[in-house]
Amino acid sequence: MEIKDIETLAELARLDLPAEEKDALVGEFSGILEYVDIVRGADVDDVKLAPEHYNAWREDEYTERVFDRESILQQFPDRDGDFLKVKKIL
Amino acid sequence: MIDTKNLTIEKAHEAIKNGEYTCRDLALAYLKNIEEKNKEINAYLEVFDDALAQADKAQEMFKNGTAVLMTGIPLAIKDNILFKGHIASASSKILENHVATYDSTAVKKLKQAGAVILGRTNMDEFAMGSSTETSAYGVTHNPYDLTRVPGGSSGGSAAALAADMALVTLGTETCGSVREPSAFCNLVGIKPTYDTCSRHGIIAMGNSLDQVSPFGKNVRDAEIVLECISGYDKEDATSTPPQVVEKVKAKNMKPEMKKIGVPWHLFKEGTDPEVMENFKASIEKFKNAGYEIVDIELPYSKYSLAVYYIIMPAEVSTNLSRFDGIRYGFSTSGKDLVDVYKKSRYGGFGKEARRRILLGTYVLSQGFHDAYYNKAVKIREKIKQEMLEAFKQVDFISTPTVPVLPFKLGEKMSDPVSMYLCDIFSAPANLSGMPAIALPTGFSKTGLPMSIQFTANHFCDQALFDLGKKFEIIK
Repeated sequence: MEIKDIETLAELARLDLPAEEKDALVGEFSGILEYVDIVRGADVDDVKLAPEHYNAWREDEYTERVFDRESILQQFPDRDGDFLKVKKIL
Repeated sequence: MIDTKNLTIEKAHEAIKNGEYTCRDLALAYLKNIEEKNKEINAYLEVFDDALAQADKAQEMFKNGTAVLMTGIPLAIKDNILFKGHIASASSKILENHVATYDSTAVKKLKQAGAVILGRTNMDEFAMGSSTETSAYGVTHNPYDLTRVPGGSSGGSAAALAADMALVTLGTETCGSVREPSAFCNLVGIKPTYDTCSRHGIIAMGNSLDQVSPFGKNVRDAEIVLECISGYDKEDATSTPPQVVEKVKAKNMKPEMKKIGVPWHLFKEGTDPEVMENFKASIEKFKNAGYEIVDIELPYSKYSLAVYYIIMPAEVSTNLSRFDGIRYGFSTSGKDLVDVYKKSRYGGFGKEARRRILLGTYVLSQGFHDAYYNKAVKIREKIKQEMLEAFKQVDFISTPTVPVLPFKLGEKMSDPVSMYLCDIFSAPANLSGMPAIALPTGFSKTGLPMSIQFTANHFCDQALFDLGKKFEIIK
């Protein structure tokens, strides 16, 4: 793991990282990865992953919700009336 | 003067019913304890201003005969459990101003029962930690020794209960986050079978592992709280339908459950000698009480913590992608939209959260996905299978709850792996979905609490409570 790998991950995870944290993370990652690397030794060839998935969808029926619109609007960091304000995208 | 130190839910219920004191008196007694003790312990982040109004409502239930055991019981909830109209911040700066817009199912059920929610408690940020030191709102101190950690991530709830600032408390578990602080604060903590309690309205860390989990000063209190908050919930797609629960329970529960398996090989190294001696002494007590102790081997369980530190960050990096500074929570301005995301996420998430997001991004990234995530998922299946196999032979699996004694504040903060190792015995229960209970077993020479853990088969939570009550008599 090198600084540039940390930078790639930070880009993917949308995290702005200062230089000193990137340095520290290189060391911390090697410690953690060294520990989790023991999984490489486990024999799992015979495991067939067939999770017991089932459909947990519900019918699309009208039910009363407790959400009230204003309590959600109030959480917006930036708003214009009832609109959520974001930076220009295009 | 209410003796909060020796109070139980049933005693409080009887006292209110008999008119010895009111729900308001009881809430006031705990509020007084909070007033006196919270400054030095920092268990509560906020005491809700409607606590006494809730108590008055509970009193009405006693008057009109609808009171149940939880009515009027003052409790605290971890800061990642939504309570409509109140802040739920997951002890993160990124949610410092986040007001819950709905009730979690756990809170909904507590409200229906007339419980009094006094406030919200400190935790490791987004439940990421084993010491409550990663909170954005300061560390919580262990009431048994203020220079030491209370455990984590539900350390605030543990410390609040241990210092009699609530009669019971709720935490959440992803990997030991209730059992480990129970061990460090001399409490009973149960991680129920996965999806016994709905995860609806719980700020997610690792969805396949998370579970609301109660703390009690005794087994019966924890049992009463769990009964109150558990049950099928259509708002949680992984909630188990009652007919399935009953079927599995009928298969796994036996009339007599007296065989305890001990996987000695898992903890012969790395366990504090005093913890080990204490564990052996507790096992001896079970033996003397007529339980059969059997050596068992769980060869794949030695991988459990490593597997956890792959699966959990993978789920963390996915879950925490929703916090972007746009719709709610902490937000910083930037030159464009992506810059707003990056700056808000850097400014809002603490160091441990950032580390786990990056680790999760790594184990899920192209080229590493197979070696880490897919491999971990397969080992997880192996661990579950070997535990199911073990439960054909024994009724319980026992280990120490934590391999170490409560450590000093700051001691493990610079070494993530040594912090992670506190939860080494916790991981199998979360990975397999099985229930596990932590029971207090006395104190070290230096006066620090110790604990024993029992795991049972799926939906045998009741067997753990029964065993715990037995231990309260024989210990």
